[in-house]
Amino acid sequence: MTTMAQVTNATGMHEPSYALHVEDLTASYSGSAVLWDVDLNVPPGVLAAIVGPNGAGKSTLLKCVIGAVRPAAGHVYVFGRPYRRQRHRVAYVPQRTSVDWDFPTTALDVVTMGLYGRLGWLRQPRRRETDEALEALAMVGMDAYGERQISQLSGGQQQRVFLARALVQDADLYLMDEPFAGVDATTERAIVELLKDLRGRGKTVVAVHHDLQTVSTYFDWLALLNVRLIAQGPVREVYTAEHLRAAYGPRVVLLNAGAEQPGSAAAAPAAVDAGERRAPPLD
Amino acid sequence: MNVLQAWLDQPGVTIVLVGTLVGVAASLLGTFLVLRRESMLSDAISHSVLLGIVVVYLLTGTLDTPLHVVGAALAGLATVWLTDVLVRSRRVKSDAAIGLVFPALFAVAVLLINLYARDVHLDTDAVLLGEIAFAWLDVVRVGALEVARSLVTMLVVTLVNLAFVVLLYKELKLATFDPQLAAALGLRPALLGYALLGLVSVSAVGAFDAVGAILFVAFVIVPPTAAYLLTDRLWRMLTLGCLIAVGSSLGGYAFARAYDVSIGGAMASATGVFLLLALLLGKHGVLARAWRRRSPTAPPFAELGAEGRP
Amino acid sequence: MELFALLGDFTVRTVAIGAALVGVVAGALGSFALLRQQSLLGDALSHAALPGVCLGFLLAGSRQLEPILAGALVSGALAALLVMVLTRATRVKTDAALGVSLSLFFAVGTVLLTYVQRHQGAAQAGLDAFLFGQAAALVPRDLTVIGIVAAVSLCIVLLGWKELKVTTFDADFARSLGRPVVAIEFVLTVLIAVAVVIGLQLVGVILMVALVIAPAAAARQWATRLEGMVLLAALFGALSGVTGALISASVRGLATGPLIVLVASALVLVSLLVAPERGLLWQLAHATTQRRSLRAHRVLVDLYRLGQAHDDPSYPSEQGMLDAYFGGRTGHVLRRLQRRGLVERVEHMPEEGAHWVLTEGGREQARELLVPFGTREHDGGGLA
Repeated sequence: MTTMAQVTNATGMHEPSYALHVEDLTASYSGSAVLWDVDLNVPPGVLAAIVGPNGAGKSTLLKCVIGAVRPAAGHVYVFGRPYRRQRHRVAYVPQRTSVDWDFPTTALDVVTMGLYGRLGWLRQPRRRETDEALEALAMVGMDAYGERQISQLSGGQQQRVFLARALVQDADLYLMDEPFAGVDATTERAIVELLKDLRGRGKTVVAVHHDLQTVSTYFDWLALLNVRLIAQGPVREVYTAEHLRAAYGPRVVLLNAGAEQPGSAAAAPAAVDAGERRAPPLD
Repeated sequence: MNVLQAWLDQPGVTIVLVGTLVGVAASLLGTFLVLRRESMLSDAISHSVLLGIVVVYLLTGTLDTPLHVVGAALAGLATVWLTDVLVRSRRVKSDAAIGLVFPALFAVAVLLINLYARDVHLDTDAVLLGEIAFAWLDVVRVGALEVARSLVTMLVVTLVNLAFVVLLYKELKLATFDPQLAAALGLRPALLGYALLGLVSVSAVGAFDAVGAILFVAFVIVPPTAAYLLTDRLWRMLTLGCLIAVGSSLGGYAFARAYDVSIGGAMASATGVFLLLALLLGKHGVLARAWRRRSPTAPPFAELGAEGRP
Repeated sequence: MELFALLGDFTVRTVAIGAALVGVVAGALGSFALLRQQSLLGDALSHAALPGVCLGFLLAGSRQLEPILAGALVSGALAALLVMVLTRATRVKTDAALGVSLSLFFAVGTVLLTYVQRHQGAAQAGLDAFLFGQAAALVPRDLTVIGIVAAVSLCIVLLGWKELKVTTFDADFARSLGRPVVAIEFVLTVLIAVAVVIGLQLVGVILMVALVIAPAAAARQWATRLEGMVLLAALFGALSGVTGALISASVRGLATGPLIVLVASALVLVSLLVAPERGLLWQLAHATTQRRSLRAHRVLVDLYRLGQAHDDPSYPSEQGMLDAYFGGRTGHVLRRLQRRGLVERVEHMPEEGAHWVLTEGGREQARELLVPFGTREHDGGGLA
């Protein structure tokens, strides 16, 4: 147990040994809790998945980290400091459906947008920025599509453009909201390779994920969330029947038992039960 | 100098120049409004700025003050803010919120005129329809030149809008495309949004004398929409929008002279001609779409694009 | 009431009846527009009526209501068609399509208006009335026309109720039932155009949108079913119309149209605030209660964990300590919990300040809050 005296050390850092440290986070929409008293500690250099049923507050958690949702209570620290002061060390990959893909712009331009923070106000991107963006596109295997208007890309290609945009930010912590949602098999493999590469370079990734089947192959660290944090830690320790039942309800079908179509089999009952344990019972 | 003065003294030159400037000022901002799906806010703003003008008139007793710009900008921002409040209450959808706020503000403005400003030349007619034909009558001195007042006003407004769009091009682009990332990078998208709509309000006031509120809306929405059907690049959309606005001013003026009808109305109607052309022949027009459907060799834009949408 | 005594006056009565009729139709059909998130279609349709008004006048050669209404209806339908082509056949979004349609038709309308004014001489008197509305220009004959049109459109709504309802709620589902959805949507759009058009003379092109949206938006706050909403919206529409007309008649120089709009807006404001369940004031009270109970739960859990940390379930925690863990003042929360018998205040000498312990009931509730997920504390988790 941490006592208050240890919380802040002389350098003004707070739990600097964690890439992402979330403390007592509570968030609510019009009074009812979507996140309740969540404590999350992600060590640096891991590929972490946040997993839980629909409505468990996974995306809200990421949005609280980047300040897009204001929590009702609690704190967030990135490498020991509030997000506001660590903005340049964080790259956020939103859900693909969060933007208008008819927007008149090219894939290369979208990637360049990742550098706007570094450029600051008023300065326009130049040759150097374009080169960096091209390099990032190449890393996701999309360098041939730089001049394509973004609506002419497939869903998987769009996701890769988003990833390239995060790569170009050269962050230390990558926050990804459902990076595997609706992508083709090629892209899924490419993303997995990319994640491993990021880990190899000492980066930390925190991704919202919904496919229980692939969690243990793609990620090495897991947080189970259902409004409250159920469990967190290395995948081996957390990915247990007991924890999954706690997160998804007693009817969850266990996947590692060799079910043929685990994804759908697991998702269906989990979704049914999700509603039962959303918020703490309010009186 | 004399040559320039002689040129400017021709009513037609002043009228076309004012129309052109209104068109360029409007479609520069309109491009972003259309992409932000906030086009109808320009309609709302252009109506409710009347309230700002009336209130400033009632406070100062004159129509001849630059305070009108401030009043109008505040009224415009109030419209946007009230709409925002209604939407965030989650009791009405955003389209209904717009339709609730601006008629109420406009109605208040009309009643205030009814009650306190009966005898003044502040008729709602003029505000809504404008009369560009008389633009050259009201002149001011600028250095050695006598220039129409609305020409000077619109020149300033256009330059401000141009500077806003050019200097903050990348910020506006990101705030429009992905406000969440813009916020995460510290680029204040909400503030930019209010700045954009504030400039729309100011431009609306500047354009009142010339083309009136609703024709201003035509210049805000129609040229960018036509350009949107023609290109896939933002900067081209901005340029094409401005070119269409210029072309509409020229064409509209010629038409109005030929048939002796409202010049402002003709200019605004002319934007529609460009829109129809773009709708038929544009890269994203109906013919191109039909052609792509039929030809199997062309890249299946529509199908791939559809996948990316929610 | 003195205001209603004005109804004895012939002109006032004419205007009031007209306003009531317009209000009923606009309110009823506005409900559908609102629910289909097409509120601003009313705006586009009313502006788009202007060229039709002028054309109707040009063709008929006089200011008669029937050709003008017909013209307005046709141009409204064309504007709606333009919106449909832009949104369905291209990537242009709804807001831009509405704006395009609205401003272009209005622009053409002003061109035609000036043409009429300059080429048809003085005969144009009365066309301006359609721009801003001019209630006084309403004559009993107009009332008959408006009445018939209103009756017909309401009959269509009644006859097609089932279809309109299912299409409004879920167009895809309606299509799966084999309903001609496009045709139904077209009928609905024309009906909304009708509602707009019969109100133009009274309220004007600019403000007519409010009479379509406001009564429906107000009714939406009170009603939970479409039937109730449409009836209430019609009632609100009529109420706004009559009240606006009467106020206008009693205060010299106040235009009828804006007054009707303001009455309708006031109805919306009141409904937004006090309507049961959905009203913002109720919602505020509800949210406050919710927030309170959220806070109470957090304090209970904090106390419980402090007890666990000290291996003493009835460990007396200092209030200042609780404040620090909670991240804010806990005094009022603790006092409320005390009243419910979940915590007790104890004097914990020799230290100063209030100390609190969980009662048996409090411990039970805290355990309940934690139990579904196990009381497992994670590394670095706990209280910090």
